[in-house]
Amino acid sequence: MSGPALRLALEIDGDGAHPASWRRSAHSPDHLLTPRRVARVAAGAENAGFTLLTLEDGALPPGATPDAVGRIGAVERAAFIAASTSVVGVAPVVPLTYAEPFHVSSQLASLDHISVGRAGWVVSEETRAEAASVWGRPLVDGAEARALESRDGVEVVRALWDSWEDDAVIRSVATSRYLDRDRLHYVDFTGDTYAVKGPAIVPRPPQGQLVVLGQPDRVPAGQLDIALVEGRDLAAVGASAATAGTPRVFAEVEVALDTADATAEERVADLERHAPWSDRGRLRHIGSAAGLAALLGELRGVVDGVRLHPLVLDEDLPELSRLVLPHLFERRHAVRPLPGASLRTHLGLDRPANRYAAAAAQEDAR
Amino acid sequence: MTRTDPLDVPRPDAQLHLGVFFQGVNHWTIWSDPASGSQIDPANFRRVAQTAERGLFDAFFLGEGLRLREVDGLIHDLDVAGRPDALTQLAALAAVTDRIGLVSTSNTTFNEPADLARRLSGLDLLSEGRAGWNVVTTDNAWTGANFRRGGYLDHADRYRRAEEFLTVARALWDSWEDGVVSGSAGAPAWAALGAVRQVRHQGPQFDVDLAPTLPRSAQGHPVIFQAGDSGEGRDFAARNADVIFSAHGNDFDDALAFADDLRRRLRAVGRPDDDLRILPGTEIIIGATEEEAQEKKRWIRLQQVTPATALGIAGLLWRLDLSGRDADGPLPKEDPVVAENDGSFGARRIVDPRQVVAEWREKADANRWSLRETVIALGPQRGHVGTPAGLADKFAHFVRHGAVDGFNVTPYLIPDGLDDIVDLLVPALQERGVYRTEYTGTTLREHLDLRAPLTHRSTTDHRQAG
Repeated sequence: MSGPALRLALEIDGDGAHPASWRRSAHSPDHLLTPRRVARVAAGAENAGFTLLTLEDGALPPGATPDAVGRIGAVERAAFIAASTSVVGVAPVVPLTYAEPFHVSSQLASLDHISVGRAGWVVSEETRAEAASVWGRPLVDGAEARALESRDGVEVVRALWDSWEDDAVIRSVATSRYLDRDRLHYVDFTGDTYAVKGPAIVPRPPQGQLVVLGQPDRVPAGQLDIALVEGRDLAAVGASAATAGTPRVFAEVEVALDTADATAEERVADLERHAPWSDRGRLRHIGSAAGLAALLGELRGVVDGVRLHPLVLDEDLPELSRLVLPHLFERRHAVRPLPGASLRTHLGLDRPANRYAAAAAQEDAR
Repeated sequence: MTRTDPLDVPRPDAQLHLGVFFQGVNHWTIWSDPASGSQIDPANFRRVAQTAERGLFDAFFLGEGLRLREVDGLIHDLDVAGRPDALTQLAALAAVTDRIGLVSTSNTTFNEPADLARRLSGLDLLSEGRAGWNVVTTDNAWTGANFRRGGYLDHADRYRRAEEFLTVARALWDSWEDGVVSGSAGAPAWAALGAVRQVRHQGPQFDVDLAPTLPRSAQGHPVIFQAGDSGEGRDFAARNADVIFSAHGNDFDDALAFADDLRRRLRAVGRPDDDLRILPGTEIIIGATEEEAQEKKRWIRLQQVTPATALGIAGLLWRLDLSGRDADGPLPKEDPVVAENDGSFGARRIVDPRQVVAEWREKADANRWSLRETVIALGPQRGHVGTPAGLADKFAHFVRHGAVDGFNVTPYLIPDGLDDIVDLLVPALQERGVYRTEYTGTTLREHLDLRAPLTHRSTTDHRQAG
């Protein structure tokens, strides 16, 4: 198989993709929610050569007893990681089912400033009914209603990112003006259920717009930079990728690797005694590092990148770092991000023009 | 100021606490000087926080913006504007600082308790017990236009909501027993069974029923800051806060009267009267000599109050568009307009503008001041000006007499504005035994020498020394 080199993303929430992953972790459970743990995982993934780290989230506990029920907010973790890394991109999961788009826009724009242009955003949904109570809002019931909230929310967040033109701060000493107010814009969004005025309080993010990731059947393709596609085999992934309609497509891949102590099969079986690794219809590789490298090689040409979901971070990340990623880099099947570049640059995405500046320029040209 | 014999003062061993406020979106922040750095570059936030930490400050504060300021429907363009989301920026600073407290100004009107409590908890865990929350409220629909929640709360309702908000937040923070998360991967469960309690709250403002996702931090839960100055705001602080910001830090008698009033209010709600730290916001201008400090102040005021800013401030008082007038000429001849308050920044509550204008005219005539000179001389006064030794004596007097517990300093320049304070004032304070020479604790609660959180105490704890 041939094709352009892949970009590699890694989901690093909790102890891994399996709900019982904490049982095989190298640290004790009470270290999960510490800064050292958060920084160590991020540093390991950055050093391995991943382009992007994603952080799953939700306002409710991530699992149920006896498994882990604790989780620090993804935006806070992402900001902490951004300040303790220098190259890797970082994208928190933020659902808009109930959240205030103005706050979400400010938080994510701030993350892009903090990381100097390395931020992304995974748009998700709050599907659990109890989440409505977290937000003091009426239940958003059904897939269609949730998709509507995501659509409106992403629209508002993106509009607010553009509400400051890049050169809005002029510091004109002669006229005493810090801002050129003509370069700030009210977004004046009016949807079915709410309206937002703007402009943002945070200047435009360094990337202009953060890299927005999501499922193409849940968020309009025009609002996504990267579609996250599923499928149990290459054909299914290929079919989803072909119809995604987004600038980039990443395949979701669940991974359990052989280690020195146990085979991947044994590791999965050990955890399955405690809880099932639910089948979400994604590609799943349980086996050797070489097998995974071969599978990823085959995905070139089908997708632009992959997001890996390791069974147990403490066991699988070292194998990915030691065997899989070097194999891919050596053959130029995947690309390691370069220092000093933005996440958009790493992904081959242009820095978008500002919708309001573009409109103003058109106006001038008439 | 002469030094006082420590034996004659009410609090001979009192220690001064310093915080830094980054960064007002107002004209006090100078942006026109070549030394003025970016207001959004993360390197400048890091630089100020690390400088404050080098100076053994208790805390680094960030303000909150929910709508850009406007005057008469136009975005205010003369002052610094644009800042990061406070909590997000502080979570980043947790990674590059070790000891300093990180305090987020977060609004109770346009947030929900379960979401905000979780974010603050996350900051508290990522900083290992250094988080603080400056509780603020908003009462206008103008800000609400940025939120799906929208709407308007009148002045009384906003405090009712804030108080219930805090009650819910504390219930969420206290819902995990200490040490519930297992210390071994071989344990039967990640967290001890039944040790994480579902939080159910039904009240006039909030109806919450959920399982919180985070344990207590090293300091129990975030330290509560509050900045109300009305009687209602002071009572709110007396009931709920660990630290109060005030605008009463310039004049000793005024500061002492404020502090005495708060101590009365604390006793009235059954708290020890040393249970609340009083940290007025201030500006500190330092010179090698008194003359040099005064000269520096003159320069700073001219940078802060530019001709356009002078016309803007006077315009707010007169409620007239004065742009295009000569700021270096006389005061406007017109009478001020008495206008409705729409909640935007431009519509400050000025009780009777006619009376203020009359005072301004009288003093401007007597001193032959221009409009700009009048604004500088009679506009809001703030800050302390002097030599390191003079200021250290003055501050020791303030703190040993119980007028303040410290100051929350806003540098007039970013990112170097704290350097003089840390390099010159802090050593002078240390020489006088009124400032720490090293951090003795790791949490913000320890830095501030506070007791356990209010919800973690029995009544007997109140009598224990802090």
